[in-house]
Amino acid sequence: MNVPRHWRETPERYRMEAAKCRKCGKISFPARLICPECKNKVFDKINLSGKGKLLTYTIIRTAPEGFVDIAPYAVGIVEMKEGVRVMGQITDCDLLSLKTGDKLISRFRRINEEGKTGLIMYAYKFVPDVGI
Amino acid sequence: MVGIIGYGTQIPRYRIKVKEIAKVWGADAEALSKGLNLYEKSVPAPDEDTATLSVGAAKNALARSGIDPKLIGAVYVGSESHPYAVKPTGTIVSEALGICPHVHTADLEFACKAGTEGMFIALHLVKTGVMECALAIGADTSQGAPGDALEYSASAGAAAFLMGTKNIVAELVDTQCYMTDTPDFWRRENAHYPEHGGRFTGKPAYQKHVFGAVEAILEKTGMKPKDFDYLIFHQPNGKFPVQAAKQLGFTEAQYRYGLLTPTLGNTYSGSSPMGLAATLDEAGPDQLILLVSYGSGAGSDAFVFRTTKHLLTNRDLAPRVRKQLNEHLQYLEYGEYAKFRGKILKPE
Repeated sequence: MNVPRHWRETPERYRMEAAKCRKCGKISFPARLICPECKNKVFDKINLSGKGKLLTYTIIRTAPEGFVDIAPYAVGIVEMKEGVRVMGQITDCDLLSLKTGDKLISRFRRINEEGKTGLIMYAYKFVPDVGI
Repeated sequence: MVGIIGYGTQIPRYRIKVKEIAKVWGADAEALSKGLNLYEKSVPAPDEDTATLSVGAAKNALARSGIDPKLIGAVYVGSESHPYAVKPTGTIVSEALGICPHVHTADLEFACKAGTEGMFIALHLVKTGVMECALAIGADTSQGAPGDALEYSASAGAAAFLMGTKNIVAELVDTQCYMTDTPDFWRRENAHYPEHGGRFTGKPAYQKHVFGAVEAILEKTGMKPKDFDYLIFHQPNGKFPVQAAKQLGFTEAQYRYGLLTPTLGNTYSGSSPMGLAATLDEAGPDQLILLVSYGSGAGSDAFVFRTTKHLLTNRDLAPRVRKQLNEHLQYLEYGEYAKFRGKILKPE
Protein backbone atom coordinates (compact mmCIF):
# COMPACT_ATOMS: atom_id res chain seq x y z
CA MET A 1 0.00 0.00 0.00
CA ASN A 2 1.36 3.42 -0.85
CA VAL A 3 1.74 6.24 1.66
CA PRO A 4 -1.02 8.60 0.36
CA ARG A 5 -3.60 5.81 0.33
CA HIS A 6 -2.73 4.78 3.88
CA TRP A 7 -2.96 8.42 4.96
CA ARG A 8 -6.35 8.87 3.23
CA GLU A 9 -7.73 5.88 5.09
CA THR A 10 -6.46 7.03 8.51
CA PRO A 11 -9.91 7.86 9.98
CA GLU A 12 -11.28 4.36 9.39
CA ARG A 13 -8.02 2.54 10.07
CA TYR A 14 -7.01 4.43 13.23
CA ARG A 15 -10.31 5.00 14.99
CA MET A 16 -12.92 3.02 13.02
CA GLU A 17 -14.64 6.19 11.84
CA ALA A 18 -17.94 5.38 10.12
CA ALA A 19 -20.70 7.43 8.50
CA LYS A 20 -24.26 7.47 9.87
CA CYS A 21 -26.91 8.56 7.39
CA ARG A 22 -28.81 11.58 8.68
CA LYS A 23 -31.96 10.50 6.85
CA CYS A 24 -32.33 6.76 7.51
CA GLY A 25 -29.69 6.16 10.20
CA LYS A 26 -27.82 3.43 8.31
CA ILE A 27 -24.20 3.14 9.36
CA SER A 28 -21.61 2.65 6.62
CA PHE A 29 -18.09 1.47 7.31
CA PRO A 30 -15.95 2.59 5.63
CA ALA A 31 -17.75 5.87 5.09
CA ARG A 32 -19.61 6.36 1.80
CA LEU A 33 -20.56 9.42 -0.26
CA ILE A 34 -24.09 8.13 -0.94
CA CYS A 35 -26.18 6.08 1.49
CA PRO A 36 -26.75 2.60 -0.03
CA GLU A 37 -30.15 2.47 1.71
CA CYS A 38 -31.80 5.82 0.91
CA LYS A 39 -29.33 7.57 -1.47
CA ASN A 40 -28.99 10.48 0.96
CA LYS A 41 -25.68 12.36 0.80
CA VAL A 42 -25.55 13.83 4.32
CA PHE A 43 -23.86 11.86 7.10
CA ASP A 44 -22.67 12.25 10.67
CA LYS A 45 -19.26 10.89 11.57
CA ILE A 46 -19.28 8.30 14.35
CA ASN A 47 -16.59 6.04 15.75
CA LEU A 48 -17.53 2.37 16.01
CA SER A 49 -17.39 1.01 19.57
CA GLY A 50 -14.87 -1.65 18.56
CA LYS A 51 -17.01 -4.36 20.16
CA GLY A 52 -18.47 -7.22 18.16
CA LYS A 53 -18.76 -10.95 17.66
CA LEU A 54 -16.94 -13.25 15.28
CA LEU A 55 -19.15 -14.36 12.37
CA THR A 56 -16.62 -16.43 10.45
CA TYR A 57 -12.87 -16.76 10.11
CA THR A 58 -10.03 -18.51 8.35
CA ILE A 59 -6.47 -19.25 9.37
CA ILE A 60 -3.77 -18.03 7.01
CA ARG A 61 -0.83 -20.43 6.95
CA THR A 62 0.70 -19.41 3.61
CA ALA A 63 0.92 -15.68 4.06
CA PRO A 64 1.49 -13.00 1.43
CA GLU A 65 4.65 -10.87 1.37
CA GLY A 66 4.93 -8.70 4.44
CA PHE A 67 2.95 -11.08 6.65
CA VAL A 68 5.10 -14.23 6.45
CA ASP A 69 6.72 -13.71 9.86
CA ILE A 70 3.39 -13.61 11.71
CA ALA A 71 1.85 -16.72 10.07
CA PRO A 72 -0.18 -18.62 11.02
CA TYR A 73 -2.75 -15.94 11.86
CA ALA A 74 -6.54 -15.59 11.78
CA VAL A 75 -8.58 -13.25 9.60
CA GLY A 76 -12.29 -12.98 10.27
CA ILE A 77 -15.49 -11.09 9.70
CA VAL A 78 -16.75 -9.39 12.83
CA GLU A 79 -20.30 -8.13 13.31
CA MET A 80 -19.93 -4.92 15.26
CA LYS A 81 -22.33 -3.80 17.98
CA GLU A 82 -23.53 -1.11 15.55
CA GLY A 83 -24.56 -3.79 13.04
CA VAL A 84 -21.89 -3.31 10.38
CA ARG A 85 -19.62 -6.17 9.40
CA VAL A 86 -15.89 -5.61 9.37
CA MET A 87 -13.06 -7.80 8.16
CA GLY A 88 -9.86 -7.83 10.16
CA GLN A 89 -7.02 -9.82 11.62
CA ILE A 90 -7.59 -11.50 14.98
CA THR A 91 -4.52 -11.38 17.16
CA ASP A 92 -3.47 -12.24 20.76
CA CYS A 93 -5.57 -15.39 20.53
CA ASP A 94 -5.16 -19.15 20.63
CA LEU A 95 -5.93 -20.14 17.03
CA LEU A 96 -7.12 -23.61 18.07
CA SER A 97 -9.73 -22.32 20.51
CA LEU A 98 -11.09 -19.53 18.28
CA LYS A 99 -14.76 -20.07 17.36
CA THR A 100 -17.61 -18.25 15.67
CA GLY A 101 -19.68 -16.25 18.13
CA ASP A 102 -16.61 -15.26 20.19
CA LYS A 103 -16.77 -11.76 21.65
CA LEU A 104 -14.02 -9.60 20.15
CA ILE A 105 -12.82 -6.05 20.66
CA SER A 106 -10.73 -3.88 18.38
CA ARG A 107 -7.18 -2.85 19.19
CA PHE A 108 -4.86 -0.35 17.54
CA ARG A 109 -1.93 -2.37 16.17
CA ARG A 110 0.80 -2.42 13.55
CA ILE A 111 -0.50 -3.95 10.34
CA ASN A 112 2.55 -3.82 8.13
CA GLU A 113 5.64 -1.81 7.31
CA GLU A 114 7.28 -0.83 4.06
CA GLY A 115 10.57 -2.55 4.87
CA LYS A 116 12.86 -1.52 7.71
CA THR A 117 13.15 2.09 6.52
CA GLY A 118 9.64 2.72 5.21
CA LEU A 119 6.33 3.74 6.69
CA ILE A 120 4.80 1.77 9.55
CA MET A 121 1.12 1.18 8.88
CA TYR A 122 -1.24 1.09 11.85
CA ALA A 123 -4.88 0.07 11.92
CA TYR A 124 -7.44 -1.87 13.91
CA LYS A 125 -7.18 -5.58 14.61
CA PHE A 126 -9.38 -7.67 16.84
CA VAL A 127 -8.53 -9.51 20.06
CA PRO A 128 -10.70 -11.68 22.35
CA ASP A 129 -12.75 -9.40 24.62
CA VAL A 130 -11.60 -10.68 28.00
CA GLY A 131 -11.83 -7.42 29.91
CA ILE A 132 -8.18 -6.41 29.78
CA MET B 1 -7.01 22.70 41.80
CA VAL B 2 -5.27 20.51 39.20
CA GLY B 3 -4.67 16.79 39.07
CA ILE B 4 -5.34 13.45 37.42
CA ILE B 5 -8.86 13.11 36.00
CA GLY B 6 -8.34 9.73 34.31
CA TYR B 7 -5.66 7.07 34.12
CA GLY B 8 -5.13 3.89 32.16
CA THR B 9 -2.55 1.26 31.36
CA GLN B 10 -1.83 -1.30 28.68
CA ILE B 11 0.31 -4.38 29.23
CA PRO B 12 1.05 -6.95 26.50
CA ARG B 13 -0.26 -10.46 27.14
CA TYR B 14 3.03 -12.20 26.47
CA ARG B 15 5.55 -13.08 29.18
CA ILE B 16 8.94 -14.72 29.44
CA LYS B 17 10.34 -16.06 32.68
CA VAL B 18 13.78 -15.08 33.97
CA LYS B 19 14.69 -18.78 34.18
CA GLU B 20 13.90 -19.22 30.45
CA ILE B 21 16.34 -16.43 29.53
CA ALA B 22 18.94 -17.66 32.04
CA LYS B 23 18.77 -21.17 30.57
CA VAL B 24 19.97 -19.86 27.18
CA TRP B 25 22.91 -17.89 28.60
CA GLY B 26 23.98 -20.38 31.26
CA ALA B 27 23.18 -17.97 34.08
CA ASP B 28 22.02 -18.86 37.58
CA ALA B 29 18.29 -18.08 37.36
CA GLU B 30 17.64 -18.56 41.06
CA ALA B 31 20.42 -16.17 42.06
CA LEU B 32 19.26 -13.63 39.47
CA SER B 33 15.65 -13.75 40.59
CA LYS B 34 16.53 -13.59 44.25
CA GLY B 35 19.16 -10.89 43.80
CA LEU B 36 17.03 -8.62 41.61
CA ASN B 37 13.57 -9.60 42.93
CA LEU B 38 12.60 -10.31 39.31
CA TYR B 39 10.79 -13.43 38.05
CA GLU B 40 9.26 -12.68 34.65
CA LYS B 41 8.68 -9.80 32.27
CA SER B 42 6.16 -8.68 29.67
CA VAL B 43 7.01 -9.02 25.98
CA PRO B 44 5.28 -6.99 23.26
CA ALA B 45 3.59 -8.89 20.44
CA PRO B 46 5.19 -8.34 17.02
CA ASP B 47 2.38 -5.90 16.17
CA GLU B 48 2.73 -3.88 19.39
CA ASP B 49 5.02 -0.90 19.86
CA THR B 50 5.16 2.31 21.88
CA ALA B 51 2.43 3.92 19.73
CA THR B 52 -0.03 1.02 20.01
CA LEU B 53 0.52 0.57 23.76
CA SER B 54 0.13 4.33 24.24
CA VAL B 55 -3.19 4.32 22.40
CA GLY B 56 -4.44 1.40 24.50
CA ALA B 57 -3.46 3.06 27.78
CA ALA B 58 -4.87 6.43 26.71
CA LYS B 59 -8.21 4.89 25.70
CA ASN B 60 -8.50 3.48 29.22
CA ALA B 61 -7.64 6.89 30.69
CA LEU B 62 -10.30 8.50 28.48
CA ALA B 63 -12.86 5.86 29.51
CA ARG B 64 -12.19 6.64 33.17
CA SER B 65 -12.39 10.42 32.72
CA GLY B 66 -15.43 10.37 30.45
CA ILE B 67 -14.29 13.54 28.67
CA ASP B 68 -14.52 14.40 24.98
CA PRO B 69 -11.05 13.80 23.43
CA LYS B 70 -11.37 17.16 21.65
CA LEU B 71 -10.94 18.89 25.04
CA ILE B 72 -7.36 17.64 25.23
CA GLY B 73 -4.95 20.45 24.40
CA ALA B 74 -1.67 18.53 24.58
CA VAL B 75 -0.40 14.97 24.13
CA TYR B 76 3.06 14.06 25.41
CA VAL B 77 4.51 10.60 24.82
CA GLY B 78 7.62 9.78 26.82
CA SER B 79 9.60 6.79 25.60
CA GLU B 80 13.05 5.56 24.70
CA SER B 81 11.58 3.27 22.04
CA HIS B 82 9.60 5.57 19.76
CA PRO B 83 8.76 3.65 16.55
CA TYR B 84 10.46 6.25 14.36
CA ALA B 85 13.78 8.08 14.78
CA VAL B 86 12.16 11.01 12.95
CA LYS B 87 8.34 11.17 12.96
CA PRO B 88 6.40 11.84 16.10
CA THR B 89 4.61 9.15 18.08
CA GLY B 90 2.38 11.89 19.51
CA THR B 91 0.67 12.55 16.19
CA ILE B 92 -0.09 8.84 15.69
CA VAL B 93 -1.56 8.61 19.18
CA SER B 94 -3.52 11.87 18.86
CA GLU B 95 -4.96 10.84 15.50
CA ALA B 96 -6.00 7.41 16.81
CA LEU B 97 -7.73 9.00 19.81
CA GLY B 98 -9.56 11.60 17.70
CA ILE B 99 -7.78 14.55 19.32
CA CYS B 100 -6.30 16.11 16.14
CA PRO B 101 -5.89 18.77 14.82
CA HIS B 102 -6.04 21.42 17.60
CA VAL B 103 -3.49 19.85 19.92
CA HIS B 104 0.14 20.33 20.90
CA THR B 105 2.14 17.10 20.80
CA ALA B 106 5.71 16.25 21.69
CA ASP B 107 7.75 13.09 22.00
CA LEU B 108 9.94 13.11 25.08
CA GLU B 109 13.07 11.11 25.85
CA PHE B 110 14.89 10.83 29.17
CA ALA B 111 15.60 7.11 29.59
CA CYS B 112 13.09 5.79 32.17
CA LYS B 113 11.95 9.28 33.24
CA ALA B 114 10.31 10.33 29.97
CA GLY B 115 6.84 9.36 31.22
CA THR B 116 6.91 11.58 34.29
CA GLU B 117 8.43 14.39 32.21
CA GLY B 118 5.20 14.41 30.23
CA MET B 119 3.17 14.31 33.44
CA PHE B 120 5.15 17.26 34.84
CA ILE B 121 4.55 19.37 31.72
CA ALA B 122 0.89 18.38 31.36
CA LEU B 123 0.10 19.14 35.00
CA HIS B 124 1.73 22.55 34.84
CA LEU B 125 0.11 23.52 31.53
CA VAL B 126 -3.29 22.82 33.06
CA LYS B 127 -2.33 24.45 36.36
CA THR B 128 -1.34 27.68 34.62
CA GLY B 129 -4.58 27.73 32.64
CA VAL B 130 -3.01 27.28 29.20
CA MET B 131 -5.43 24.45 28.46
CA GLU B 132 -8.32 22.58 30.03
CA CYS B 133 -6.89 19.05 29.76
CA ALA B 134 -3.55 17.49 28.82
CA LEU B 135 -2.56 13.88 28.27
CA ALA B 136 0.78 12.42 29.37
CA ILE B 137 1.89 8.91 28.46
CA GLY B 138 4.90 6.86 29.50
CA ALA B 139 5.40 3.86 27.23
CA ASP B 140 8.21 1.59 26.13
CA THR B 141 9.05 -1.64 24.36
CA SER B 142 12.60 -1.67 25.63
CA GLN B 143 15.39 -3.92 24.46
CA GLY B 144 18.28 -5.40 26.40
CA ALA B 145 21.22 -6.90 24.46
CA PRO B 146 21.08 -10.71 24.33
CA GLY B 147 22.79 -12.12 27.42
CA ASP B 148 23.15 -8.69 29.06
CA ALA B 149 21.77 -8.09 32.55
CA LEU B 150 19.14 -5.77 31.05
CA GLU B 151 17.67 -8.57 28.95
CA TYR B 152 16.15 -10.06 32.12
CA SER B 153 14.25 -6.89 32.95
CA ALA B 154 13.61 -4.78 29.80
CA SER B 155 9.88 -5.16 29.18
CA ALA B 156 6.89 -3.40 27.63
CA GLY B 157 3.90 -1.44 28.84
CA ALA B 158 2.27 1.96 28.93
CA ALA B 159 0.54 4.23 31.41
CA ALA B 160 -1.50 7.30 30.49
CA PHE B 161 -2.67 10.13 32.71
CA LEU B 162 -5.20 12.77 31.80
CA MET B 163 -4.68 16.00 33.71
CA GLY B 164 -7.47 18.48 34.29
CA THR B 165 -9.31 20.59 36.82
CA LYS B 166 -12.75 18.95 37.02
CA ASN B 167 -13.66 15.61 38.64
CA ILE B 168 -10.09 15.10 39.82
CA VAL B 169 -9.25 11.65 41.18
CA ALA B 170 -5.81 12.62 42.53
CA GLU B 171 -5.03 16.25 43.19
CA LEU B 172 -1.47 17.50 42.63
CA VAL B 173 -0.02 18.74 45.91
CA ASP B 174 3.53 19.53 44.79
CA THR B 175 6.42 18.58 42.51
CA GLN B 176 10.19 18.65 42.76
CA CYS B 177 12.96 17.62 40.36
CA TYR B 178 16.57 16.54 40.91
CA MET B 179 18.94 16.42 37.87
CA THR B 180 22.66 16.06 37.22
CA ASP B 181 24.71 14.96 34.22
CA THR B 182 25.48 11.36 35.18
CA PRO B 183 26.48 8.88 32.42
CA ASP B 184 25.09 5.63 33.84
CA PHE B 185 23.17 4.41 30.77
CA TRP B 186 22.90 5.53 27.15
CA ARG B 187 22.13 4.49 23.61
CA ARG B 188 23.85 6.22 20.71
CA GLU B 189 22.14 7.05 17.41
CA ASN B 190 21.62 3.89 15.30
CA ALA B 191 22.69 1.59 18.16
CA HIS B 192 20.15 -1.18 18.64
CA TYR B 193 20.88 -1.85 22.29
CA PRO B 194 21.78 0.49 25.14
CA GLU B 195 25.02 0.40 27.11
CA HIS B 196 25.27 0.90 30.84
CA GLY B 197 27.74 1.36 33.63
CA GLY B 198 26.97 -1.87 35.51
CA ARG B 199 27.21 -1.20 39.23
CA PHE B 200 27.69 2.51 38.49
CA THR B 201 23.93 2.60 37.78
CA GLY B 202 23.30 2.05 41.51
CA LYS B 203 24.68 4.42 44.13
CA PRO B 204 25.88 7.44 42.09
CA ALA B 205 22.94 7.20 39.71
CA TYR B 206 19.62 5.68 40.89
CA GLN B 207 20.15 6.17 44.61
CA LYS B 208 21.63 9.67 44.46
CA HIS B 209 18.82 11.07 42.31
CA VAL B 210 15.91 9.26 43.94
CA PHE B 211 17.21 10.18 47.39
CA GLY B 212 17.84 13.76 46.22
CA ALA B 213 14.31 14.17 44.89
CA VAL B 214 12.70 12.58 47.96
CA GLU B 215 14.69 14.68 50.43
CA ALA B 216 13.98 17.86 48.45
CA ILE B 217 10.21 17.31 48.20
CA LEU B 218 9.96 16.34 51.87
CA GLU B 219 11.70 19.57 52.79
CA LYS B 220 9.58 21.62 50.36
CA THR B 221 6.27 20.21 51.61
CA GLY B 222 7.26 19.83 55.25
CA MET B 223 6.15 16.19 55.12
CA LYS B 224 7.77 13.04 56.53
CA PRO B 225 7.86 9.48 55.09
CA LYS B 226 5.19 8.35 57.56
CA ASP B 227 2.77 11.01 56.27
CA PHE B 228 2.33 9.13 53.00
CA ASP B 229 -0.14 6.31 52.51
CA TYR B 230 1.55 5.09 49.34
CA LEU B 231 4.94 5.28 47.66
CA ILE B 232 6.08 4.55 44.12
CA PHE B 233 9.71 4.65 43.03
CA HIS B 234 11.08 3.89 39.58
CA GLN B 235 11.58 0.13 39.32
CA PRO B 236 14.52 -0.96 37.11
CA ASN B 237 14.34 -4.21 39.07
CA GLY B 238 12.59 -5.32 42.22
CA LYS B 239 15.61 -4.65 44.42
CA PHE B 240 16.51 -0.96 43.95
CA PRO B 241 13.12 0.56 44.89
CA VAL B 242 12.71 -1.66 47.96
CA GLN B 243 16.23 -0.92 49.16
CA ALA B 244 15.78 2.83 48.61
CA ALA B 245 12.37 2.87 50.30
CA LYS B 246 13.70 1.15 53.41
CA GLN B 247 16.76 3.39 53.63
CA LEU B 248 14.57 6.48 53.38
CA GLY B 249 12.26 5.30 56.17
CA PHE B 250 9.28 3.99 54.17
CA THR B 251 7.61 0.64 54.80
CA GLU B 252 6.40 -2.27 52.67
CA ALA B 253 2.77 -1.29 53.32
CA GLN B 254 3.47 1.98 51.49
CA TYR B 255 5.14 0.55 48.37
CA ARG B 256 3.54 -2.89 47.93
CA TYR B 257 0.70 -1.85 45.58
CA GLY B 258 2.97 0.12 43.28
CA LEU B 259 5.75 -2.46 43.03
CA LEU B 260 5.11 -4.27 39.73
CA THR B 261 8.59 -5.14 38.45
CA PRO B 262 8.91 -8.65 39.96
CA THR B 263 6.37 -9.99 37.42
CA LEU B 264 6.20 -7.15 34.88
CA GLY B 265 9.85 -6.23 34.37
CA ASN B 266 11.07 -2.70 33.79
CA THR B 267 8.73 -0.87 31.44
CA TYR B 268 11.19 2.06 31.39
CA SER B 269 9.18 5.24 30.74
CA GLY B 270 6.06 3.36 31.86
CA SER B 271 7.62 2.01 35.05
CA SER B 272 6.80 4.42 37.88
CA PRO B 273 3.66 5.73 36.10
CA MET B 274 2.31 2.17 35.96
CA GLY B 275 3.12 1.83 39.65
CA LEU B 276 1.07 4.97 40.26
CA ALA B 277 -1.84 3.54 38.26
CA ALA B 278 -1.70 0.28 40.27
CA THR B 279 -1.72 2.33 43.47
CA LEU B 280 -4.71 4.40 42.35
CA ASP B 281 -6.48 1.09 41.70
CA GLU B 282 -6.28 0.33 45.43
CA ALA B 283 -6.15 3.68 47.22
CA GLY B 284 -9.00 5.21 49.15
CA PRO B 285 -10.09 8.86 49.11
CA ASP B 286 -8.04 11.57 50.83
CA GLN B 287 -4.81 9.57 50.82
CA LEU B 288 -1.34 10.88 50.09
CA ILE B 289 0.83 9.34 47.36
CA LEU B 290 4.50 10.02 46.70
CA LEU B 291 5.71 9.21 43.18
CA VAL B 292 9.41 9.45 42.31
CA SER B 293 10.71 8.50 38.88
CA TYR B 294 14.28 7.99 37.79
CA GLY B 295 15.80 8.36 34.36
CA SER B 296 19.40 7.58 33.54
CA GLY B 297 21.49 10.43 32.38
CA ALA B 298 20.21 11.34 35.09
CA GLY B 299 17.31 12.72 37.06
CA SER B 300 14.23 12.17 39.18
CA ASP B 301 10.83 13.85 39.20
CA ALA B 302 8.91 13.74 42.47
CA PHE B 303 5.15 14.30 42.76
CA VAL B 304 2.83 14.37 45.74
CA PHE B 305 -0.80 13.55 44.98
CA ARG B 306 -3.83 13.49 47.26
CA THR B 307 -6.65 11.19 46.17
CA THR B 308 -10.27 12.34 46.10
CA LYS B 309 -13.68 10.66 46.43
CA HIS B 310 -14.02 10.62 42.61
CA LEU B 311 -11.37 7.88 42.44
CA LEU B 312 -13.78 5.30 43.81
CA THR B 313 -16.33 5.76 41.02
CA ASN B 314 -13.77 6.41 38.29
CA ARG B 315 -11.43 3.43 38.59
CA ASP B 316 -13.81 0.64 37.61
CA LEU B 317 -14.51 2.23 34.22
CA ALA B 318 -11.39 0.56 32.75
CA PRO B 319 -9.34 -2.57 33.55
CA ARG B 320 -7.15 -2.44 36.64
CA VAL B 321 -3.38 -2.88 36.35
CA ARG B 322 -3.21 -6.16 38.29
CA LYS B 323 -5.89 -7.64 36.03
CA GLN B 324 -3.84 -6.78 32.94
CA LEU B 325 -0.72 -8.05 34.69
CA ASN B 326 -2.05 -11.37 35.98
CA GLU B 327 -4.80 -12.58 33.64
CA HIS B 328 -4.84 -14.27 30.19
CA LEU B 329 -1.07 -14.59 29.97
CA GLN B 330 0.79 -16.41 27.22
CA TYR B 331 4.30 -17.59 28.08
CA LEU B 332 7.03 -17.65 25.43
CA GLU B 333 10.06 -19.84 24.98
CA TYR B 334 13.31 -18.00 24.24
CA GLY B 335 13.12 -18.78 20.50
CA GLU B 336 9.63 -17.26 20.21
CA TYR B 337 10.76 -14.29 22.29
CA ALA B 338 13.79 -13.76 20.02
CA LYS B 339 11.49 -13.78 16.97
CA PHE B 340 8.98 -11.42 18.61
CA ARG B 341 11.74 -8.96 19.48
CA GLY B 342 13.49 -9.09 16.11
CA LYS B 343 16.62 -10.64 17.55
CA ILE B 344 16.94 -13.20 14.75
CA LEU B 345 18.97 -12.08 11.75
CA LYS B 346 17.24 -12.90 8.47
CA PRO B 347 18.42 -12.26 4.90
CA GLU B 348 16.95 -9.06 3.40
